[in-house]
Amino acid sequence: MAQVETHTITALVQDRPGVLARIAGMFSRRGFNISNLAVGHSETPGLSRMTFVAEGDEWVVEQVMKQLYKLIDVVQVYDITAENIVLRELALLKVRSNAESRPEIMQLVDIFRANIVDVAKDALVIEVTGDEEKVDALIQLLQPFGLREVMRTGRIAMSRGPATTGPRKGVKPTIDHSAPDTEVVP
Amino acid sequence: MQLTGAQMICESLLREGVTVIFGLPGGAILPFYQTLPEYPDLQHILVRHEQNAGHAADGYARASGKVGVAVATSGPGATNLVTPLATAMMDSVPIVALTGQVPRAAIGRDAFQETDTTGVTAPITKHNYLVMDTADIPRVMKEAFHIARSGRPGPVLVDLPRDVLTERAEFDYPESVNLRSYKPTLEGHAQQIKRAAKLIRDARRPLIMAGHGVTISGAFAELKELAEKVQIPVITTLLGIGAFPGEHILSMGMPGMHGQAHNNWAIERSDLIVAVGMRFDDRVTGRLSAFAPNAQIIHIEVDPAEIGKNVGVAVPIVGDARRILHALAVEVEPATHADWLKEIDVLREEHPFVMPESDRLLPQYVIRELCEATDGRAIVVTGVGQHQMWAAQHYVFKEHNSWITSGGLGTMGFEVPAAMGAAFAQPERTVWSIAGDGGFQMTFSELATIAEHNVPVKFAIINNNSLGLVRQLQDLFYDRNRVAVEYSGNPDFVKLAEAYGIWAVRVTDKAAVRTAIDEAAAVDGPAIIDFRVEREENVYPHVPAGGSVFEMLEGPTPPVPSVPSVPPTSDEAHAWRK
Repeated sequence: MAQVETHTITALVQDRPGVLARIAGMFSRRGFNISNLAVGHSETPGLSRMTFVAEGDEWVVEQVMKQLYKLIDVVQVYDITAENIVLRELALLKVRSNAESRPEIMQLVDIFRANIVDVAKDALVIEVTGDEEKVDALIQLLQPFGLREVMRTGRIAMSRGPATTGPRKGVKPTIDHSAPDTEVVP
Repeated sequence: MQLTGAQMICESLLREGVTVIFGLPGGAILPFYQTLPEYPDLQHILVRHEQNAGHAADGYARASGKVGVAVATSGPGATNLVTPLATAMMDSVPIVALTGQVPRAAIGRDAFQETDTTGVTAPITKHNYLVMDTADIPRVMKEAFHIARSGRPGPVLVDLPRDVLTERAEFDYPESVNLRSYKPTLEGHAQQIKRAAKLIRDARRPLIMAGHGVTISGAFAELKELAEKVQIPVITTLLGIGAFPGEHILSMGMPGMHGQAHNNWAIERSDLIVAVGMRFDDRVTGRLSAFAPNAQIIHIEVDPAEIGKNVGVAVPIVGDARRILHALAVEVEPATHADWLKEIDVLREEHPFVMPESDRLLPQYVIRELCEATDGRAIVVTGVGQHQMWAAQHYVFKEHNSWITSGGLGTMGFEVPAAMGAAFAQPERTVWSIAGDGGFQMTFSELATIAEHNVPVKFAIINNNSLGLVRQLQDLFYDRNRVAVEYSGNPDFVKLAEAYGIWAVRVTDKAAVRTAIDEAAAVDGPAIIDFRVEREENVYPHVPAGGSVFEMLEGPTPPVPSVPSVPPTSDEAHAWRK
């Protein structure tokens, strides 16, 4: 399979009912492929931060961001793909286990610096964080034991260092055509 | 001041300068209607269909430059607004739609006349609100009007549960809007304007393509100043018609699918296109890969999402067209472009846009006569189809804000209610609705409203007993395989008018055209002329959808027979191609 070009986009949005539906609806009607979406509260009350992974070339991603920015509830949009960023996702994995297989699973959990958060006679719940490759790798290794349920949060991302994406300081928003040399007023 | 939600809506409308609203009541919106008598300064026009309320608000907004207001009840009332909202969204028209909703406790329970109105209309509104707290109404209304009319204008819907309208809360109308997520850029970036001026200085074959944005921002004088100072010919898109005086020596006409041929050839040769307030719609560009292959593009546009969406842009300038054109006109150096203007004159000669000569009643002739009779100063509202294209080609506008047509969505039936709305907005001006017999029959229920209020809209029905543009497509590109385009059972439009008490006349003869127009104009109130035009007439030029200038059909060759006796072979159909 050919490698699909992906971009990690974060957006600061007004925390209002329907905002997620608006964004999801915009993606689908404009034919944008979003492989990943994570939402949560931000450091500012009333604002949520979203992380998207958009598939497509630069033209597609530019359109994704502009169309996002056009939505009234979206405050700022950042393409942080090129930034030095930390990427993480969290997964909960329920694996069949018995006395015989448990030690082997626990060894894998150790290697992946994951945690066992629930133990039953015939099952374990494992919590793992990391980038997608790491989570994928653990899932693959656990398959043979009988993977019963997988729950993944999707990717969240943050730039390294003191710079932040936000309304007051730091990383410049990507969307800005009129004023390439100045910071855009959201 | 404690007010009910319904009173708050009325107070808000008055504070936003609203005087006319178009609507149709129903259960959920009833508290609003019961409150209306307390506000005699709000004139409510009771329509016959909610779709017409939406289009009337649209016509009102385009003719006045103010925000149009439409009101409907929940469920079917709200869904009937879908087409006008989508129309206004595509053409950037400021509308505020107020819809009733079932009481809050009933939401989500599939109550009688319940629809997820904000969900349904999210993709076809600039923004929408479901108000769940009466106290929010003043802020929401303030924001709704602000969002509708600012930046790139568009429709905003406010959905109002019935009990939100009856509950009381403190009314304190905000002075200003504070939306941290919406602050449209208006001032063009100085650096970009300098870069644009430099490109203009170096260009040898520059063109301006002016769109609806010029009209919306009122940049008429600034556009003229720039064009005259640098002697750049001006092409106006379908919605840009009227943005530049049609009789000006630098006026080129319309580009694209049915634009005058010389425009498409000029675009093909141009080395610089200054695009203002337009969005490179597929009807303008045709096949993108073949569009303006030799030109760099300066794109002046208030909506950043339009820049780079369809064509690559050398210099993007985000902001208000009027401000940017003014700054650009100051920045550029005067030029003459004599060689280029000569080249364009040659193009005009090589690809003449001629009025077909005939003894029969041609639709183009009707439009020309209408233009002459009104001295190019009427407000012209059209539907969608052949008559729309002929009106765009043959009516030469002398005044701004006079051309009202559904460009982006292409909504048939727009011509009746939008003309009514325009007439309410500009009672002093003459409003002509150039209608197709197809579109007219979609919305003529509004004749009742027009008759009730004696609205002086004059209808010119370009009646060819068919869905003419679809028939044209079938003739040109589907081997004349005519399917579902004949309207053999049209009503007698004169008798129909009589039923509404509206003056009407039928015209079948070229010689009677002008008299009928003058008589209709003299009627104190609405009038309808049923022009029984030549049925086989086609719109030329015609660039096939997805084609380029090189595939443009400039005229019928051989001439179209009056009635085709033998079905043509595929070869004959293709012989029309140049």
